[in-house]
Amino acid sequence: MQINKFVIGGLFILGAVVFLIWSSTAATSEYFLTVDELNAKGADVINRNLRVSGAVIGDTIKYDPQTLTLTFEVAHVPGDQAVIEDEGGLAEALHQAVIDPTRARMKIVYVGPMPDLLRHEAQAIVTGKLGDDGVFHADELLLKCPTKYEEAVPEQAASN
Amino acid sequence: MIADFGYGVLLVTFLVTVYSVFAAIYGEFKKKPAMVESARRAMLLTWPLLTLTAGILIYLLINNHFEVQFVYEVTSRSMPTYLKVTAWWGGQAGSLLFWSWLMSAFASLVTLRKWDRDREFLPWVIVVASVTMAFFIGMNVFFENPFAKLYQSFDGQIAPHTFQPANSILFTPRDGQGLNPLLRHPGMVIHPPMLYLGFVSFVIPYAFALAALITGRTDDRWIRLTRRWALWAWLFLSAGLVLGGRWAYDVLGWGGYWGWDPVEIAAFMPWLTGTAFLHSVMIQEKRGMLKHWNMLLVILTYDLVIFGTFLTRSGVLSSVHAFAQSAIGPLFFAFIGLTLITSVALLIYRWDSLKSETKMTSMLSREALFLLNNLLFMSILVVCFWGVIYPLISELFTGQKVTVGPPFYERATSPLFATLMLLMGIAPLSAWGHSTVKTLGRAIWKPTVGAVIITAVLYATYTQNIIALIGFFLVALVILVTLYEYWRGAYARQRSQDENILASFWNLTGRNRRRYGGYIIHLSMMLMAIGILGIEIFQVETQGTIAVGDSLQLSGYTIKYKEVASWDDRPSGVNYTRAVVEVYDKDGKYLGNLNPRKDYYYDSQQPMTIPGQLASLKDEVYVLLIDWEPISPVGTTFKVFVNPLVNWLWLGSLLFLVGVIIAAWPDKDPERVAVRAGKRAHQTSAAD
Repeated sequence: MQINKFVIGGLFILGAVVFLIWSSTAATSEYFLTVDELNAKGADVINRNLRVSGAVIGDTIKYDPQTLTLTFEVAHVPGDQAVIEDEGGLAEALHQAVIDPTRARMKIVYVGPMPDLLRHEAQAIVTGKLGDDGVFHADELLLKCPTKYEEAVPEQAASN
Repeated sequence: MIADFGYGVLLVTFLVTVYSVFAAIYGEFKKKPAMVESARRAMLLTWPLLTLTAGILIYLLINNHFEVQFVYEVTSRSMPTYLKVTAWWGGQAGSLLFWSWLMSAFASLVTLRKWDRDREFLPWVIVVASVTMAFFIGMNVFFENPFAKLYQSFDGQIAPHTFQPANSILFTPRDGQGLNPLLRHPGMVIHPPMLYLGFVSFVIPYAFALAALITGRTDDRWIRLTRRWALWAWLFLSAGLVLGGRWAYDVLGWGGYWGWDPVEIAAFMPWLTGTAFLHSVMIQEKRGMLKHWNMLLVILTYDLVIFGTFLTRSGVLSSVHAFAQSAIGPLFFAFIGLTLITSVALLIYRWDSLKSETKMTSMLSREALFLLNNLLFMSILVVCFWGVIYPLISELFTGQKVTVGPPFYERATSPLFATLMLLMGIAPLSAWGHSTVKTLGRAIWKPTVGAVIITAVLYATYTQNIIALIGFFLVALVILVTLYEYWRGAYARQRSQDENILASFWNLTGRNRRRYGGYIIHLSMMLMAIGILGIEIFQVETQGTIAVGDSLQLSGYTIKYKEVASWDDRPSGVNYTRAVVEVYDKDGKYLGNLNPRKDYYYDSQQPMTIPGQLASLKDEVYVLLIDWEPISPVGTTFKVFVNPLVNWLWLGSLLFLVGVIIAAWPDKDPERVAVRAGKRAHQTSAAD
């Protein structure tokens, strides 16, 4: 009898936690896609919560300070860590993505302060929705700048 | 050459730790105390050796030895000396070394204590600490050598090598890449060491737990020996988390402090198990229960610490922090797997000797509520862990990477946090062993009525937001219960000891530091909760481009733009743009000047936005300088946040430190006190 009381209590908590996790996952999960994968899915993913990663193309960054509207394009970067390693690390993969004109690109719109880390060849991870117009409307913008790589040495070395 | 020497010392340190592991095991099995003593001394040697290694690395960092890859990556000529020193933990190789260095310091501290009554633990504590250290130093020696130098081969390729390859020459870049300016913030300079201190000091309780399992001395001696370690570890870990939050708030410019970033979660997870552990050890000490559970918690904490160290320094998960990527991932997972399996196997082996001494009977007893508290912490841990690994799981099973973001964590954890708060209100009033609705009700009705009144007042004057009201009710309940408990104790003491009430408060806290330190921690958590509720629910923002003399309005505040200026600071290679704005409240009263800034670092081509913050207990006005045109009539663009109550969060953090320090402050050794008291009793009786 005594045992039952605690077992039932424990099961109740377990059930509550499982429910919390399950319902929250179902309500908030978002596909994490590369630009190529996004293009392949096409209309299926319009207006769904998505997270997309790509390489920032510096020339396309435009910022309207009046409306705080930021637009830029990203180029496809492989999603697989092993492929990135094969290309010579993230910095090199980003560099390759940006200089290759055949790579798929995606236009992103974001409203907010211009992030300090946004720059040419940074990795952008955007969360938001793909609009009917094919433009990605980002609610959240994460940036990674892999500057600390040995691959970056030779360029500096050239002037030495 | 000095770099090679550094590598040599590192290699020797590695061998010394490996020796210490084997000497301790050999000495224990062959019953040769001299070997164990030798292992202990070997362990003591690691700290001076690693200090020497670190000293060499710092020498290289300060003196711009850019031929060393690590120095090249984390420093540049324009950085001030103190940042060059702290660049030690600015990259992967250095932070691994930093980890080992802290570990060796703590391991030495532990081995220097008196071991008279705990001889049997000593060899195994040495083994666990040395194995952990050997793993981290081994990472440095074999994979992430901080002393590797850049060599240029004859075909022009430049690559880091530990030893000079054939047909190559040493390559010295003219300047280093430097630390990302975003990381040059005081909060960021001390945040990693704090986190690491917390991480590393949790290894000590784990080492004692394993020693207890191995030797079979599974009474609660190991807990009594390590309780304070765990508290200090917890203090550092908490301080690290708060400092990280403060950094994000000051630097990242979105007016937030916590983004449920995988790396933040990685540091939060050992905090959760650690917090659960600190609570449940009390049950073991008082009631002899939950012994398996405590072992499991300390094992989990240790492996989460290793996992956290790995996550913060690798690129497995996308994150603002994950700026390093390397091949050490699989090794970390292997190490975590190995230690976890070994520890759990030992726990199962000793399962029977860890049986509870008493049975839990009442659902409302203190111990049952503590158990519930533990389950809630573990539930939050499960939520966090699920969120972190969900992308990996979904990719494994569906081939499609699916992630969850902050909304997931907020949704799944907030009911759990709310229940924890409710528990914090009830548990201090419940009795050990047996407690009924009636006894509990008698204790709790006054604080509950008080909390209801406070909530009603808030409803009438401050907010009608239902979630905020629930939150404030819980906060008020916990604060009232805690103060009520405190006051009851002090009042009883005042009556019995005939002291004034302030002296009673002071002495009460001094006599039972753990309990009242704990209460202060509860109070501090509630202050932090006020801040979190404030910024999460009531944050408002606006933006606008205005000319000099114009103003923006937000939430009763007027932000008036006075001027903007821009200048170069040549020696540090930074361009500063600084605006001056004045803040007025709704009655037009002048509140203060703010100077939002935008700095531009030429060498790294990195802008950095520094907000102007006007803090008060009610609100914080947080102004960002977005864009400016010196001559254009259009003006300058600002983004303004009003973050209500957020400063309670930082205030609560300070009170938190006070609470933990009170709880963790060393007592006089209780047993020695007992011996002395016994002697005195003996003398008096002899005199009779």
